[in-house]
Amino acid sequence: MSATRTTIATVAVERSLAARKRDWLGQAFQVLLLLSLIVALAIIVFLLSNVVGGAWRVWHTRGTDFLSQGGSRQAEAAGVWQGIRGTLTLVVFVVFLAFPIGIATAVYLEEYAHDNAFTKFISVNIRNLTGVPSVVYGLLGLAVFVRAFGLDRNDGGGFTGGKSVISAGLTLAVLVLPIVIITSAEAIRAVPGAIREAGYGVGASRWEVTRMLVLPSAAPGILTGTVLAISRAMGEAAPILLIGANTGFFSSGNQDFVEQLRGTFTALPAVIFGWARETSEFRDVTAAAIFVLLVITVLANGTAVWLRNRFEKQW
Amino acid sequence: MSQQVKEHSMVTVALPAPSPERTPNTAASTDDDTVFALRGVNVHYASFHAVRDIEMEIPRRQITALIGPSGCGKSTLLRCLNRMNDLIPTAKVSGSVVYNGENLYDSYVDAVEVRRRIGMVFQKPNPFPKSIYDNIAFGPKVNGIKGNMDDIVEQALRDAALWDEVKDKLKQNAYGLSGGQQQRMCIARAIAVQPDVILMDEPCSALDPIASARIEDLMTELKAQYTIVIVTHNMQQAARVSDRTAFFTVEVDEALSSRTGILVEFDTAQRIFTNPSDSRTEAYITGRFG
Repeated sequence: MSATRTTIATVAVERSLAARKRDWLGQAFQVLLLLSLIVALAIIVFLLSNVVGGAWRVWHTRGTDFLSQGGSRQAEAAGVWQGIRGTLTLVVFVVFLAFPIGIATAVYLEEYAHDNAFTKFISVNIRNLTGVPSVVYGLLGLAVFVRAFGLDRNDGGGFTGGKSVISAGLTLAVLVLPIVIITSAEAIRAVPGAIREAGYGVGASRWEVTRMLVLPSAAPGILTGTVLAISRAMGEAAPILLIGANTGFFSSGNQDFVEQLRGTFTALPAVIFGWARETSEFRDVTAAAIFVLLVITVLANGTAVWLRNRFEKQW
Repeated sequence: MSQQVKEHSMVTVALPAPSPERTPNTAASTDDDTVFALRGVNVHYASFHAVRDIEMEIPRRQITALIGPSGCGKSTLLRCLNRMNDLIPTAKVSGSVVYNGENLYDSYVDAVEVRRRIGMVFQKPNPFPKSIYDNIAFGPKVNGIKGNMDDIVEQALRDAALWDEVKDKLKQNAYGLSGGQQQRMCIARAIAVQPDVILMDEPCSALDPIASARIEDLMTELKAQYTIVIVTHNMQQAARVSDRTAFFTVEVDEALSSRTGILVEFDTAQRIFTNPSDSRTEAYITGRFG
């Protein structure tokens, strides 16, 4: 009797637990998601194989010669050294101009400024600036740094020297400034208010709370933002082309350091752009230059991740 | 009845100068024994009137508990005592909070200096994301307190009854401590800057009963050296640890649909919990509302 009842009950439970019908829509969605992933991966693999293939051929025939040579009209002799040096110089500008100003602005907006209509207006506008196309920044740089501060001369008028490393560095610094501000502000905002209260509670001033508690806590987030900014600055082609980066062969001669900063320049994206428009002989060196830019970007990211982890361990 | 009303008005409308009419059980009988004298303190958050016309005198080296239902402004009032409300842009404090003869809200007073003398322990333990040692050393460091830092840290942790538990792991992150240990570490951090007063805003509300009991024991030990003002939701706790208790309530104005915190009664803990003068206090402590 009781055994029968148990069986009936078990069957009822089984029936209620068994799926009434297959969840077709859900499964179709899952397949769709997987397809999207495959498409994205396929594109990346295709691009990478193209780039790595060309880079491998150049590396195989020329070795480090490709890295140490400057621009040339012959594909066999063309190297990326000037591009690498230009890109790294531009990054230095971004690091020393955009980071201090951007982080300071974020600290001011988050820790010092009153939350009123004016600061809200500023915040919204900074956010909008991150969405402005980079070519617009290039035009700004052309108008302000090349023309107004450079007296529109290639040969070194004004303090920027016209179409120079300084003009391009300033333009890229302005370009990434909103990114630095926004990411830093978000990192600072994520620091719990309880930590600030604790600091004020033992008699620390606003500056001490900001410097000793808030900024160290926000440092990993701020670092992430600055890396994003560096990657962006290194990859931008449009603004530096508008500023007048050299896309072909040029010689910087025996100029001293300041003269070089105010003189003709190029950067990896400009080199890539220049070579991509050349004859098919340049196809492999173009791929190799892209590969170099990728490696530098990955190295920068890796350094930042390493720095961030180190910072986090200090706590 | 008239006796009750008289007592009530006497305690809540305290006079600045010692008055011969004071009842003997009013501990704060001379100015020397009074740390804080609050005169007509009102707090607004933008248009919201949080606390109205508070008059009270807080005695030295005693534990004063502020109790009352949620939203009665007791935490707000506590935060007036070390100008913590300054950090809220919309908060506006009027009236005077006289601390050892000086009005904390005078224009020349530096809020940072106020907070060094009047330390604070918060509702949730809020250690800095640093080592235990650095947590304690932070206050003395920013305040330029002289002396051997190791000794300062050890003394603060001993005073907070935490030394034996943490002496072997001072360099470890404070987040590794239990909630109760973290809160005692926060008390040690407050003590380390050698304050005069320690304000505690519901210090046990995030702790289990055993950890709470340890904090209560600690408070009783600390009152030999410090004036303690504690906000608590736990009436038993107020009855156990406090020497004097202030009962606040919320006054609801239906017409203006506003809620304002007022001080109903301020007396010795024994009186508040055994023979309160005001019927609202009695209703609250017997659990009929709040």
